[in-house]
Amino acid sequence: MNAEKNLDLLLDGSKIPYFPGCTLKTTARNFENSAIASARALGIELVELPRWNCCGTVFSLSADDLIHHVASVRNLIRVQEMNKQGIVTNERRLVTLCSMCFNTLKRANLRVHENPEDMKKINDLMYREEDYQGHVEVLHFLELVRDIGFGKVKRAVKKNLGELKIAPYYGCMILRPKEVSIDDPESPTILDDLIAALGVQIVRTPYNKVCCGSYQTVQDKYMVAELAHDILSHARKAGAEAIATTCPLCAFNLDNRQKEVIEKYPDFEKMPVFYVTQLMALAFDLDAKFYGFDQNFVDPVTLLKKKNLLKK
Amino acid sequence: MEETKSPIMDRIAEANKSATTGIDAKDIKDWITIYIMGRGYKVPADLTILAAMEYAGYKFVRSVGCRQGFCGACATVFRKKGDYKLQTDMACQTRADDGMYLVQIPFTPAEKANYDLNKETYGPAVLIKHYPEVARCVSCNTCTKACPQDLEVMDYIQAALRGDFPALARDSFDCIQCGLCAMRCPAEIVQYHVGQLGRRMYGRNELGVPEHLRKRVEEIGKGQFKRALDTMISCSNDELRKKYTERDIEPE
Repeated sequence: MNAEKNLDLLLDGSKIPYFPGCTLKTTARNFENSAIASARALGIELVELPRWNCCGTVFSLSADDLIHHVASVRNLIRVQEMNKQGIVTNERRLVTLCSMCFNTLKRANLRVHENPEDMKKINDLMYREEDYQGHVEVLHFLELVRDIGFGKVKRAVKKNLGELKIAPYYGCMILRPKEVSIDDPESPTILDDLIAALGVQIVRTPYNKVCCGSYQTVQDKYMVAELAHDILSHARKAGAEAIATTCPLCAFNLDNRQKEVIEKYPDFEKMPVFYVTQLMALAFDLDAKFYGFDQNFVDPVTLLKKKNLLKK
Repeated sequence: MEETKSPIMDRIAEANKSATTGIDAKDIKDWITIYIMGRGYKVPADLTILAAMEYAGYKFVRSVGCRQGFCGACATVFRKKGDYKLQTDMACQTRADDGMYLVQIPFTPAEKANYDLNKETYGPAVLIKHYPEVARCVSCNTCTKACPQDLEVMDYIQAALRGDFPALARDSFDCIQCGLCAMRCPAEIVQYHVGQLGRRMYGRNELGVPEHLRKRVEEIGKGQFKRALDTMISCSNDELRKKYTERDIEPE
């Protein structure tokens, strides 16, 4: 953590701008609900940007393709506005849940930060908006929890999840490229540390950041099912009963694509895929309405009941 | 001229008389030059773009409608003298300025999706299914800048993208379907059609049938308006014309 970052103290009751992204409002509502409730249990209020647009979806790599960074920068301007409107106070952090949004926003932020000329062009194009000043810091939820402290997480645990065996799965978007990585891109521990703090048994597999197939899932779901099969089978062999992740696209590919996995491998034993925030909500013993297990494709409830973690 | 509360509006109304009632050119004090499709015309100052073009000799069969800023037919594109910005508005609501370059856009070519509201599933997928180009939005906000109604067009397209029907319906509600957003969009989205589908889906699925509508449909079903309608159908063209000109008009 650099010195500049230390200026932003995470006080109890801090209100921090939060960018949802489209998936969190549709197929990953369970992720959003459980994350906001869990953050609140840790004393942090995630405040959704009053106005927001698409993050930009995928960070454009072309050198001269500035138009595809406009969406990201526009969202960063909203953080400045929130501070002016007093919805948050002196808060330059912007928290994201979706790994793809995180990656796109953080990289666009980095690009305009490092290239003042790009920043000026983008600001000029958006002449109706106030200028982006370049001071927003894009954070992934996992980083926020790390800053809150895993010790605090541990103290917030009210339910013993010691019987659960879970394999953490990182995906790629919070680790690569290394300029925006939230942890060591080759051997990350941040998700492991959080899951451990929740009192869950961690099952480590070398497949914890192998590609899930990403948006190829739209083009060729059987190819993605093949990858999901590998990842899930290795987790199973290593002794895991479920997977935990933070990326909605990884979650979709590992969870929903099990339908296609079964088509191809009829003997495959289905495995629940959690958002780590669902495990947080469960461990913190929050109201069941924040769990959102009904939105998971492979039913996690049976496993949790077997472990006496949910009422029968 | 008598002192009134709105001297500018009076000035505009006075100036427009030259086009509407045919005041002699010698009685007009202030003149400007505008460039319609590149050709310069001297027209009285303070006219609306529509009236100025008519003064210049254009006769509209398209690109004109209610003349009240409500029908969306008279879309116009212009650049003001010394300003690089390409601007859009309704010709009947915009004052012609000296040195302005302009042209009318009578129609925006755009395919309108065909759908049966009762058969569509109420969810984000329906918008993407009929208008997949929505996903191409880069949030440049050009549509918003183009909107003569000052709607937050980009915001409602973004709402469409994430399937937020209440926001989509609310933010696109005052759309007059002029098509200027779609004409300017670099992602080639047809915003006004997306908004319409959104409002229809929202109305169909989240708002109940209004009581007055239910009652009126019932009355129609009972044949309450049959005789009046039959009379109209049996009228000759001349009789219809007479009825139309002699009809009761609600006071403004």
